[in-house]
Amino acid sequence: MHPAFAGLVTIVIGVGGCLCYFWLSNQFLDKVLFPAKGPNAGRNINRANLIRPWLFLFPALFALSLYLAYPVVETIRLSLTERVTQTDGTTVYEFVGLKNYAQMSSDPKFWEAMFNNMFWLIVVPALSTAFGLLAAQLTDRISWGNIAKSLIFMPMAISFVGAAVIWKLIYDARPPDTSQIGVVNAIYVGLTGNDPVQLLTVPFWNNFFLMIVLVWIQTGFAMVILSAALRGIPEETIEAAIVDGANPFQIFFKIKMPQIMGTIVVVWTTITLVVLKVFDIVFAMTNGQWGTQVLANYMYTQLFVSRDWGVGSASAMVIMLLVTPILIWNVRNARKEMR
Amino acid sequence: MTALTLTNVNKSFGEVHVLKDINIEVEEGEFVVFVGPSGCGKSTLLRVIAGLEDATSGEVHIGGDLVNNTPPSKRGIAMVFQSYALYPHLNVFKNMSLALKQEKQSKAVINERVAKASKMLNLEDYLERYPSELSGGQRQRVAIGRAIVREPKLFLFDEPLSNLDAALRMNTRLEIANLHDTLAASMIYVTHDQTEAMTLADKIVVLRDGRVEQIGSPMELYNNPVNQFVAGFLGSPAMNFMPAGFVSEGDPRTIGVRPEDLRLQDDGGLSATVQHVEHLGGDTNVIAEAKGTQITARLFGQHAINQGQTVTLGYAPERAYYFDKEGHRV
Repeated sequence: MHPAFAGLVTIVIGVGGCLCYFWLSNQFLDKVLFPAKGPNAGRNINRANLIRPWLFLFPALFALSLYLAYPVVETIRLSLTERVTQTDGTTVYEFVGLKNYAQMSSDPKFWEAMFNNMFWLIVVPALSTAFGLLAAQLTDRISWGNIAKSLIFMPMAISFVGAAVIWKLIYDARPPDTSQIGVVNAIYVGLTGNDPVQLLTVPFWNNFFLMIVLVWIQTGFAMVILSAALRGIPEETIEAAIVDGANPFQIFFKIKMPQIMGTIVVVWTTITLVVLKVFDIVFAMTNGQWGTQVLANYMYTQLFVSRDWGVGSASAMVIMLLVTPILIWNVRNARKEMR
Repeated sequence: MTALTLTNVNKSFGEVHVLKDINIEVEEGEFVVFVGPSGCGKSTLLRVIAGLEDATSGEVHIGGDLVNNTPPSKRGIAMVFQSYALYPHLNVFKNMSLALKQEKQSKAVINERVAKASKMLNLEDYLERYPSELSGGQRQRVAIGRAIVREPKLFLFDEPLSNLDAALRMNTRLEIANLHDTLAASMIYVTHDQTEAMTLADKIVVLRDGRVEQIGSPMELYNNPVNQFVAGFLGSPAMNFMPAGFVSEGDPRTIGVRPEDLRLQDDGGLSATVQHVEHLGGDTNVIAEAKGTQITARLFGQHAINQGQTVTLGYAPERAYYFDKEGHRV
């Protein structure tokens, strides 16, 4: 069968299956289980309406539990077991308690990843939100503001790996006396005459060079959300502040910013979540070498390179534990904003 | 001394000429109302006085000083906005004291002035509250309080009552009138509501299409309108206009008669078919049609008049106004 045709059939079966499910299950509820006729018609209608939401929710709940809840449970289980190859060649999983966690915490690479992640956690959301706010404010009143905004937003459309490749080229260093194709080294060598620097191997600062990539991507997101929030501020409160004698900086920091604080927090925490899961950029640019390891890449290395399922799962649990509270807080804030 | 002098003020937004040669004087302690239909430029004029917009040409003097190039906060004005424009993240006290803080006033002065203003406006119990915790009327009072504490030379009100419901609007109108008496301050008040203009003003400025149509005391404008627009704008129900040809054959002018000057009169000469009757108890408004023109008569007391009935209306000739084709009074 031609792949395009197979794809089409899959779509038809999928969409048709969904339609069938909703139609048939509602028919069953209304016609068979609680028919809206007979002596209990009124009661039946009420009961059917109590059940109906669950009919609509069921597919989503089912998929979520299969693809989210079950993997979490399985990861917890794996993080407490160790794979043992027996003498006859078969493998079994033995329960080892917290041994994987103990092993992980004695691994300096893990602590390097932990420290770096915390570092990312402070720098990236702060810079992205600050630049986003700045861009939103500066582009608000100018005629070409929308063009500037589109340009700043564009990196959002690039995948993390793509962005990583772009920035790898920007940081690229060629041997001395050949022309430098990396912008940074081209400028550096051109201005100072020194030898080019392998930027991604400079200890500690290379973390910053990686973070800049994510800041570059996330600034657009922060800008768009904050720009909408800034526009939502009633113009008259700003005019009242002008009449009250506030200067432009005071208006921005004391009148505008407090009014969009809720949105700033939501943007900040949303970016925090992205940062905690950061993987692609580090994987594609340094793969955690030269002191740039982060948790997600550590997990990947343990799981798929070292093939240590126990420690890999344990590090996955650490990431989940870090993400969950921020996620809950973020959802709460977002809901509060919507009200 | 005059509180405000506007000399040949013009304002254009690009091609659009919004204010045209405005000349107005406001005396110290006077309550002046700018009134006109929406889009007539009255709010723009207020914003030019406040300094939120620059005049394209002409001079703005406040308290004798030329303020064309003075920022709003240094003009000695305070403005009350239509939407109150309270700072949602500050409590009532901080909302009221922000301007004083900006002026670098001492804590003692700030506390004293806020205390005085909040007492005047019955806001003493709400100083710790945030704007979202206040009712519409309370927010309005905070907005007024924010203006009072600055002790400005000139108060500017931009349609301050339009967000309040009818009952509250009447109360607040009285409060503003009382405030004017207590503070003896010069006030400029913008509204599209002719009732507010008539009840509050010492002097009314009627604006249309960016031009001053007439300036004068409420009764002066009511009794002596210079043109058909002013005559029709002030008074409720509005003045009736009908071709003078109704009464004397061949007269090209327009006659204006106020609804309360019309009366039931058998030899009145205006025969009309009743379309609608509003029984208000104290008054009866009769809306009738005579030769294709709608006429409203406001009759004192209660009258048994029915829809579809034909009535004969008359008026004292000295109570009629005559306007030429361009709408000028003749």
